[in-house]
Amino acid sequence: MCACVCHPTDATLQVDISDALSERDKVKFTVHTKSTLPNFKQNEFSVVRQHEEFIWLHDSFVENEDYAGYIIPPAPPRPDFDASREKLQKLGEGEGSMTKEEFTKMKQELEAEYLAIFKKTVAMHEVFLCRVAAHPVLRKDLNFHVFLEYNQDLSVRGKNKKEKLEDFFKNVVKSADGVLVAGVKDVDDFFEHEKTFLLEYHNRVKDASAKSDRMIRSHKSKNQLHFRTETQQVSCSPDRKFFLKVSELFEKTRKIEARVAADEDLKLADLLKYYLRESQAAKDLLYRRSRSLVDYENANKALDKARAKNRDVLQAETSQQLCCHKFEKISESAKQELIDFKTRRVAAFRKNLVELAELELKHAKVKGLVTVRSR
Amino acid sequence: MNVISKFHGFVASSSGKSGPASLPAEDISTNSNGPKQDSLFDDDPEDLFAEATEEVSLDSPERDVLLSDGPSPAITPITPPTSVITPRIGLAHDDMFTHSSFDEIEEEEGGDSFDIHIAVSDPEKVGDGMNAYMAYKVTTKTSLSLFKTDEFSVKRRFSDFLGLHSKLASKYLHIGYIVPPAPEKSIVGMTKVKVGKEDQSSNEFVEKRRSALERYLMRTVKHPILLKDPDVLQFLESSELPRAVSTQALSSAGLLRMVNKAADAVNKMTIKMNESDAWFEEKQQHFENLDVQLRKLHASVESLVCHRKELSVNTAQFAKSAAMLGNSEDHTALSRALSQLAEVEEKIDQLHQDQANADFYLFSELLGDYVRLITAVKGVFDHRMKTWQKWQDSQLLLQKKREAEAKLQFTNKPDKLQQAKDEIKELEGKVQQGERDFEQISKTIRKEVSRFEKERVKDFKTIIIKYLESLVQTQQQLIKYWEAFLPEAKAIS
Repeated sequence: MCACVCHPTDATLQVDISDALSERDKVKFTVHTKSTLPNFKQNEFSVVRQHEEFIWLHDSFVENEDYAGYIIPPAPPRPDFDASREKLQKLGEGEGSMTKEEFTKMKQELEAEYLAIFKKTVAMHEVFLCRVAAHPVLRKDLNFHVFLEYNQDLSVRGKNKKEKLEDFFKNVVKSADGVLVAGVKDVDDFFEHEKTFLLEYHNRVKDASAKSDRMIRSHKSKNQLHFRTETQQVSCSPDRKFFLKVSELFEKTRKIEARVAADEDLKLADLLKYYLRESQAAKDLLYRRSRSLVDYENANKALDKARAKNRDVLQAETSQQLCCHKFEKISESAKQELIDFKTRRVAAFRKNLVELAELELKHAKVKGLVTVRSR
Repeated sequence: MNVISKFHGFVASSSGKSGPASLPAEDISTNSNGPKQDSLFDDDPEDLFAEATEEVSLDSPERDVLLSDGPSPAITPITPPTSVITPRIGLAHDDMFTHSSFDEIEEEEGGDSFDIHIAVSDPEKVGDGMNAYMAYKVTTKTSLSLFKTDEFSVKRRFSDFLGLHSKLASKYLHIGYIVPPAPEKSIVGMTKVKVGKEDQSSNEFVEKRRSALERYLMRTVKHPILLKDPDVLQFLESSELPRAVSTQALSSAGLLRMVNKAADAVNKMTIKMNESDAWFEEKQQHFENLDVQLRKLHASVESLVCHRKELSVNTAQFAKSAAMLGNSEDHTALSRALSQLAEVEEKIDQLHQDQANADFYLFSELLGDYVRLITAVKGVFDHRMKTWQKWQDSQLLLQKKREAEAKLQFTNKPDKLQQAKDEIKELEGKVQQGERDFEQISKTIRKEVSRFEKERVKDFKTIIIKYLESLVQTQQQLIKYWEAFLPEAKAIS
């Protein structure tokens, strides 16, 4: 179910989510690790983690200056069962007003929906961990190891108000800065191209993702209807036999359509959503690089000034060297990261588009058969 | 058409019995398919499922009606049709007369019954401003000797149709015939058209109305009695028709109608009828149920149409977005694949739209028609009640007069006595007539209901099968599109 294409199973470090438990307001993931690395006490072990702890891990990567040159795998979205829970509740309230049969049917459908959402959130958390484990540098991160191994609660509380406010301001500054930085034309063609490309791509993926969501949503809501249509048909007599057949047909096609919508959701919508987040992460990388370029240029200017005034030259020189070094390091790794990003992206799109087409074909054929047979 | 040529036509179609050709996908928008071959070889409609696998015959109603009411002009319109049975074709052709024609030119829901086919087409706006109206061309193709020529057409406007219906209703409803209701007025819709808005919704409105008018006329002529009514003939044939003014919504006649309707509703509540015939009670209950069911179903189908249209809009938007994404993707193969995806989605959007139209024109409109028809059926049952009431009233009156007469016997008023005796004679006649009327209407209703139910079953089946056909078509198209896309997706690397 991964929207990304993880590296083939690497014996040195394998991470997956072997189990998950959904409680009232949280989901508990069992993170299972198999490793031959010496850093770990055992070769195979599991811990239980919650969503906040994933976020903590992600944020620790982002804040780590050493990782400025890498595309940080995007954090998994928060598990959101509210809509599904609401529907189940409404169903419970309306139990009196429908027949037992209808009730059980609807209940089954809603439960299936809940299960689907659940599976998705598990998959997305797993993808995050896989990506970290597959990254040559990030996999060695200490926080990551703690995350995998420490079998007590990490006591990572969610950010309190003050911290959230700080984050907010940081983002504001970042986006303003981002605009300034984006205006600077890069000397390096590769990066210049990537910058333009990513900006546009990101926006378009956002748009495509939103539209595909809407399309799939209306597909799903269309399916809700048939359900009632068929139940009514049954009572029209004396052509009872005929109408029964027709209503059976409608019910079957509706089930198939539901599966089509679910598959589209998985293969298309999820793919787009994931790449929306990844392209944002890639943009962040470019931003960090540009930021460090600006810092480097500023350091150069400071050095020139210092030389001219012949004051604090040594200090300026060290600072400039640091900046230079940082910039070059980021540029180098960024290049590789972006190339990898492209490869991953192409592969993921290919896999998902092929699977989407195959599934659509399969369902269309089944639907055709069912309809023809009923004639 | 003489008997011999009919024979030939007959022989030609006899080969069709065995494997029917696969049902052609009906194109909603128009046009004749080739002549259908084995239409008259349908099985007994009791075997509903079997019939569903054969070629859809839109002629099957014809057979029943052919047998029931000899279309020979010798029969006057007042004779009720003999009971409708559905014979094997061999039988039918033996006593068949001049009118079984195998000339089947099919269009849309039109079928040949009595070998008459009516098409409503070419809506044209006549006039300007608030006095403008749409004129429709009504073309009749027939070989019935009832008509002067084989093919003719006239121009009619909507109020002409309403006028026809109102005349037929006043003549036949109260004696128990189910007169098909005319399409509804729509002040909003017409105003838009009058004002000259040339947009999508007013075009749709005109098309909806045109299709409804066509179905209305076909249903009317399928009824053996109504077909021969001089008003119907005049409507179809004469080039000039006196303007039916009393059909205007806000006219005095319109108001009178509304008042009458209200009065009827009140009366219905007060009439307590002693139903001696269980058949009627059962049928009335049946129609009540059917009414409720059909209304619910109709509502569901209408919202299905809405949702499908919404899906189509969203798919189109996604297609555009995917195309943009494809444009900005710098990996060539992926870019091409994404553009292909966008094209596929666009075609799918078109498919959805077409399907929505099918949903609507086939299914939803049919249901709407039947909801209205059932109202007419219920009206006929109500008339029976009224007839019964009249009969009872005259009986009561007769009794009173008899009592009065008895009293008068003891007084010495010979002329008053004579007058009373005369009145009693008159009333006795009325009572007898009332009873006869009641019996007559009951008989008519039985036949009408049985004919109606048969028609309904056939109609539904036909339409639903057509609808299923359209679904199959859609699926096949979907398969084609995705099959074309798959290699493109695989070519990415």
